[in-house]
Parts: sequence; structure tokens; C-alpha cells
Amino acid sequence: MTGRMPVSSAHSRVIYDALKACDIRLLSALPETWLVHLIRMAEDDPAMTLVRLAKEEEGVGISAGAHLAGVKSAMLMQNHGFLASINGIVSGAQLYRIPLLMVISHRGVFGERDPWQTEGGGVTEHVLDALRIPRLDLDHPDHVARRVAKAQTLAYSSLRPVALLLHRELMWEEPA
Amino acid sequence: MTRLDALKAIYPALESRVVVTIMGAVAAELQSIGHRPNFFYLQHAMGLASSLGLGIALTRPEKQVIVLDGDGSVLMNLGGLTTLARYRPKNLVHVVFDNESLLSVGGFPTATSTGSDLAAIAAAAGVPRTATVTTIDAFTAAFADALDAKDLTTLVAKVDAIGPAAFVTDLGLLENRFEFQRYLKQ
Repeated sequence: MTGRMPVSSAHSRVIYDALKACDIRLLSALPETWLVHLIRMAEDDPAMTLVRLAKEEEGVGISAGAHLAGVKSAMLMQNHGFLASINGIVSGAQLYRIPLLMVISHRGVFGERDPWQTEGGGVTEHVLDALRIPRLDLDHPDHVARRVAKAQTLAYSSLRPVALLLHRELMWEEPA
Repeated sequence: MTRLDALKAIYPALESRVVVTIMGAVAAELQSIGHRPNFFYLQHAMGLASSLGLGIALTRPEKQVIVLDGDGSVLMNLGGLTTLARYRPKNLVHVVFDNESLLSVGGFPTATSTGSDLAAIAAAAGVPRTATVTTIDAFTAAFADALDAKDLTTLVAKVDAIGPAAFVTDLGLLENRFEFQRYLKQ
């Protein structure tokens, strides 16, 4: 099925390696098209604990537990998954000062062909801003490693959630 | 059975284990018996105590983790039961105090008051060991069995819908969080 989806395997590898370089040892994830390669890489990596979720908000709790237990983690999710996680982020990760690294596929913006994704694309950045969650865009492979590291550094110095937005330019190989 | 009596009955076993509780009466009552650095009270993020416990259990398999949950909280994160079952941490005991109500916000009845069976839901989700108990002796015995079984257990304890007069204690949320994290560094 995913063979027909032009999700960039090479760029997914760059992102995965950047997460590994930050000593991420647990990934929670709910599948979405752009994340297929990243999830497979986690699956194939014996040093990575992959937790497949029923709903993304669970990942906030799992990452909080992992952090308190001394293990670095990240969440892989679509922006609609982020929207579904907000209470956990606010009354869990923010209330308890958890350095939550959220890797969010930013669906529904320019170039989006799926009509059902388009509302989420319009609100994601505004909601992140309203929650005072710092964000960086990942839209070119050259800056992925640096930006992932910087996001992780701020998450740990501020003890707060941070967001990395995966963009179409990075994840999708087919011209829009 | 009261939740306070149930907590007192298992307190000796909690002393040496990692304990994660939900907000409200469970947190206040456990603190009234005696706070310890290995106890973490998730005072909000309703539903996520079991997920937080799973995060600890998966990353620290050498520790036995006890999650003290409630019916209202479990009902908010039923999908989390499927995730718990999927990863089946052998070092996690999931206790659900079921008073069939949202006690701390006015005592309104939850769906367990009209027949929703959380132990059956957990079993159907794939949790290998489940039970519902209604007396303090049965609870104490089932909890001890769960600790010995070394497998994921969801133990539903039917308790009276009564709680402490107040829910705010003098233990700061962040004080608890950093103390607990420090404990887990050991």
C-alpha cells in the first residue's frame, strides 16, 4: 500500500538518525501516511522502544513516565493527533514540566490534496502558539539534524513541550 | 469497602514500589496515610495515570509499578487499556477504585453505575489478569496475588463513594514531581 505513497524514505532516515543522535530511546506513535518510514525504522531498531497508541494523548502520559524514569522519548503524530492531545499536554506535560519532544506531520497546508486534512493545517500553528509551545519547521534535510537537536536542548533546559513540524517539502517526493 | 481502608490494607506493599495515582480522593487519601518519595500523584491529565505508569514500566523493567486509577479516569482513556494489554508489562499492577461516580466534582454517576464492567473491558482489551472485588479481604488477597503473579493485572475494587473533606494537600505538584524523578534515579 505504501509503495504508491511517495513519502521520502531518505528524509525519514535523516529525521530518524537525528532523533537517535539526541538519545531518543522510546517513540510513541500513531500511524499516518507521512510517518510510515519513521515507524518502520523504529520497529526495526532493537535499541528503540516503539509504543503504538490507540490515541495520541496516551503518548503524553507515556513520555512523561519515561522522562521521570530517566529515558528520553519523542512522540510521532499527525497534527490532528496533536489536537487530540491538548489536555494531556496542558494538564500533564506543562503542569508537571515535562520536556516533551513532539514530531508533528503538518498536514493540510499548501499542496494538500486530501480535503479532510485542510482544517487541521489552518489551526495547528495558532494552537501551538496559544499553548506557548515553541516550534521549528523541518522542511529541508540539511537543517533537520541541527533543528532536532536544538528542539531537544530547549525541551530539556525549559522542561516544557516543544514541537517540530514536518513539512510536505521534506516528507513528500511527488511535486505538489 | 472504603477506598481509604483498601489503601491502608495494601500500604505496606506500596512502600517499596513505584506508585502512580490519579487526582482527587486517591491522591489525598494516600497522602493522609503517608507520602513517600516513590509515590507520584498525577493531579490532572485525567485518564493518563495508566499511560504514565506504562511509560515507567516499559523503561524500568526492574521496578514494579502500581497504578492507582479510578472509574472516571479509566473511562476517559479506555483505549489506553488496549495499549497496556498490547505491551503487557509484567511489572505493572493496575488497580481501579470504582466508586461508580465522579466523586470530586459532585458525585455524578459514571457509566459503571449502569453496568459498564471495567474488569470485563480490560479483559476484552487483552489484559491477561483481571478481577473485580467488593470486600477488603478479597481486595487484599487479589492485590497480593497480582504482585506475585508478575504479569499485567487490572484489579477493579468496588468502593464506597466517599472521600476526604479536601483534596488539596500541602505537597506541591512540582515538589512531588522532582522528588519522584530523583527517587527513580536510584
